[in-house]
Amino acid sequence: MELQVNGIKHTVSAWSETSLLYVLRDELDLTGSKYGCGEGQCGACTVLMDGKAVRSCRVPLSATQGKQITTIEGLEKEGQLHPVQEALLNVDVFQCGYCAPGMIMSAVALLETNPQPSEEEIVAHMNGNVCRCGTYPRIVRAIKEASNA
Amino acid sequence: MKKETDTDIKSNQEQSQPSPDNGNQFSSSRRRFFKLLGGGIAVTFVLQDAFAFLADPENTAVLQQASPKEVGAWIHIGENDVITVYTGKVEVGQNIRTSLAQVVAEELHVPMASITMVMGDTDLTPYDAGTFGSRSTPSMGPQLRKAAATAQAMLLDMAAEQWKVNISALRVADGKVINTKNNKSLSFGQISKGKQLLKEISDNTSLTPTEKWRVAGTSVPKVNGRDLITGRHKFVSDLKQPGMLYGKVLRAPAFGASLATVDLSAAKAMPGVVVVQEDDFIGVAAPDAPTAAKAIEAIEVSWNKTQQPSRSNIFDYLKQHATDGRGGRGSAEKGSIAQGMAAADKKLAATYKVDYIAHAPMEPRAAVAQWENGKLTVWTGTQRPFGVQDDLASKFNLPKEKVRVIMPDTGSAYGGKHSGEAAVEAARLAKAAQKPVKLTWTREEEFTWAYFRPAGVIEVSSGVKNDGILTSWEFHNYNSGPSGIRTPYEVPNQQIQYHPVESPLYQGSYRGLASTANIFVLESQMDDLASLVNMDPLEFRLKNLQEPRLKAVFEAAAKGFGWGKTKPAPNHGYGIGGGTEKAGFTATCAEIAVDPGTGDVKIVRITTAFECGAIINPEHLDNQILGAIVQGLGGALFEAVDFENGKILNPHFAQYRVPRFKDTPAIEIITLNRKDLPSAGAGEAPIVGIAPAIRNAIADATGVRLKTLPLVPDGLKANLGAP
Repeated sequence: MELQVNGIKHTVSAWSETSLLYVLRDELDLTGSKYGCGEGQCGACTVLMDGKAVRSCRVPLSATQGKQITTIEGLEKEGQLHPVQEALLNVDVFQCGYCAPGMIMSAVALLETNPQPSEEEIVAHMNGNVCRCGTYPRIVRAIKEASNA
Repeated sequence: MKKETDTDIKSNQEQSQPSPDNGNQFSSSRRRFFKLLGGGIAVTFVLQDAFAFLADPENTAVLQQASPKEVGAWIHIGENDVITVYTGKVEVGQNIRTSLAQVVAEELHVPMASITMVMGDTDLTPYDAGTFGSRSTPSMGPQLRKAAATAQAMLLDMAAEQWKVNISALRVADGKVINTKNNKSLSFGQISKGKQLLKEISDNTSLTPTEKWRVAGTSVPKVNGRDLITGRHKFVSDLKQPGMLYGKVLRAPAFGASLATVDLSAAKAMPGVVVVQEDDFIGVAAPDAPTAAKAIEAIEVSWNKTQQPSRSNIFDYLKQHATDGRGGRGSAEKGSIAQGMAAADKKLAATYKVDYIAHAPMEPRAAVAQWENGKLTVWTGTQRPFGVQDDLASKFNLPKEKVRVIMPDTGSAYGGKHSGEAAVEAARLAKAAQKPVKLTWTREEEFTWAYFRPAGVIEVSSGVKNDGILTSWEFHNYNSGPSGIRTPYEVPNQQIQYHPVESPLYQGSYRGLASTANIFVLESQMDDLASLVNMDPLEFRLKNLQEPRLKAVFEAAAKGFGWGKTKPAPNHGYGIGGGTEKAGFTATCAEIAVDPGTGDVKIVRITTAFECGAIINPEHLDNQILGAIVQGLGGALFEAVDFENGKILNPHFAQYRVPRFKDTPAIEIITLNRKDLPSAGAGEAPIVGIAPAIRNAIADATGVRLKTLPLVPDGLKANLGAP
């Protein structure tokens, strides 16, 4: 099957019902997207599919055909970080950072559709992403900062 | 105390003998040492042990047994100006990689960027018991400061000799020694060029006083922050080795179950699949993870189950199976409880129940194991790399130097990764497969077969005079553990006992350990006693408290919160709680709101004041306190491991609720910077005031004095219904 990731077309050997997360990590070695629960409950595996945030652990390969997938590895352009990444770095948000790629992809998707979200909108949109280190208020602050950039 | 003899070795052979009996050994060790590191100068710790170890030509590991009983570290200054710090401590999100580098940069007067931290690698770093108990900052920090200061003194000596000037004419800045007489300078690398010098850390070295800190004490950003936000950092679960297989382990359906019958033939028939059975351990290794999962599913197995406790009867079980506890860990006895109770005007006894809770680190346990020429290397996320090295050495009957454990910065732990289960499992599979094997636990495995914060029953009985002076304090803790069990309040008559129990579920360390249970009970009982004698809860605490640092945080939290300035709105309540743990002092004030119709409890705002001596990194300290508050909210409000007859019923995030964005209230963090006191760790202590402050705020709003953790997994409706 074919898979379009970060602008590159890949041919992959996995079965059509295999999860997108598995294909990204184990076949394409794009390990930025993380396994956290395998049931779409924690958001660590979040990627963009045609610009929308999806939980890649719950997306079968068959559902990705003809779609553009963007992962954390595809955000930085020629050494230039995405404004969300810049803001997270600036606020020095993370502790262990395992949730970071999923958080960033969710936030990027939010700002794509809502460039100036209110705090309530940020919280509502991000609620599916878990940070067990508890950095939520810092993430909210960084997303606000990115939205003003 | 360490010896303060100068074991400086000049490259001249004649001068390289610190003692007559081990001279040859010493110089050959030194050569091997610098062969591994490159030339330059190094400052280490307990040098003799290190040399004894290195003298054995069979050893390929460096200094792993340098200091078996103490925390060790060392610093190497290379000819290329790269400064490498070696420590057995590990990074799990507490940002110790940054703060330890800060103290070295401070004492050596070098830019942060010139420092590389090598952490938690049993071949490269000196022995370390583990990263727990908030010990890295108070014990490793000062050692590294001394090592760095010793190194700087060496560099100054060497520059003075080279230039033939007095040391007083020299100063150090930005990784250079500068001759103030002629403004000439030499970089550290230039000074160490061609040298192979080793020196023992000197306890005499003078350290930069806190008030003169320029790098330490500032908010240096996380050193590898960019790798985390670009997805470039390789966690253990991201690692790959050539030819690597993917492992999976067959799990029992419940605690206490043992294998009855098993048929492995279908799994063994699958192409490329290796099946391992050793007693009750059954695992597979396959070319890819889906095949490994299919192979496990193909195993036909039946289990012998035994009767096991359930959540519904766990507290009776713990009481029934408890030991006496007299004289055990945490016990304290003072005065006479009989006299104390006789002297009391009011008496209050209560029983509290605390559930098992899970750490639920975002990265589940994982390991990559590889056998090569009889040596086992395992990459795994553990707080105790050297402990896991011991486990592996004993499991496979290997000498320790044939086992290397490497810990890449890991996706959090919170006290939940002291062990090395995944490491041992991956190594078993890799040994059988004769190929590297990666094993990543599923979320369900992590929620079931890792270990929990203990459940416990705590009974407290206390007496107080009408004027608010405590007379008696009797405290019995069944299974929760001894941390934080002693009362910080002045009570003339005390009996405090921890009664250990053989837990039916795996249990172990946690953020703040048992103090999350003990201080919850202590501070709840204090609130109820204050109410009994009609005193303000803050005033009551301060009246019975002498410890000035704890008083200071109570006062700071109260001031920030506006305690006593306003009355809570209808259906709102204010609560306070605090304590001390691991040399950190914390107090929290909480405002909650109860919906009288639904019984839902909402946390409106939290103010936490914290003091841990001199602050090394203000932003990162703030972040740790924030993390403790948010994690504390989960344990306070709704987290609980549910189980029936030894089977975990909620091993998924869909059923085990953890705090999310929507659960986070307005949070105010107040830090007290005591530059006059040694820095203590901060990852744990700030959690202990959260649950009691919320509990006491609920009591303030409703009069309902809850005695369980979690407090309100299903809201307050049941409590509000009953008068």
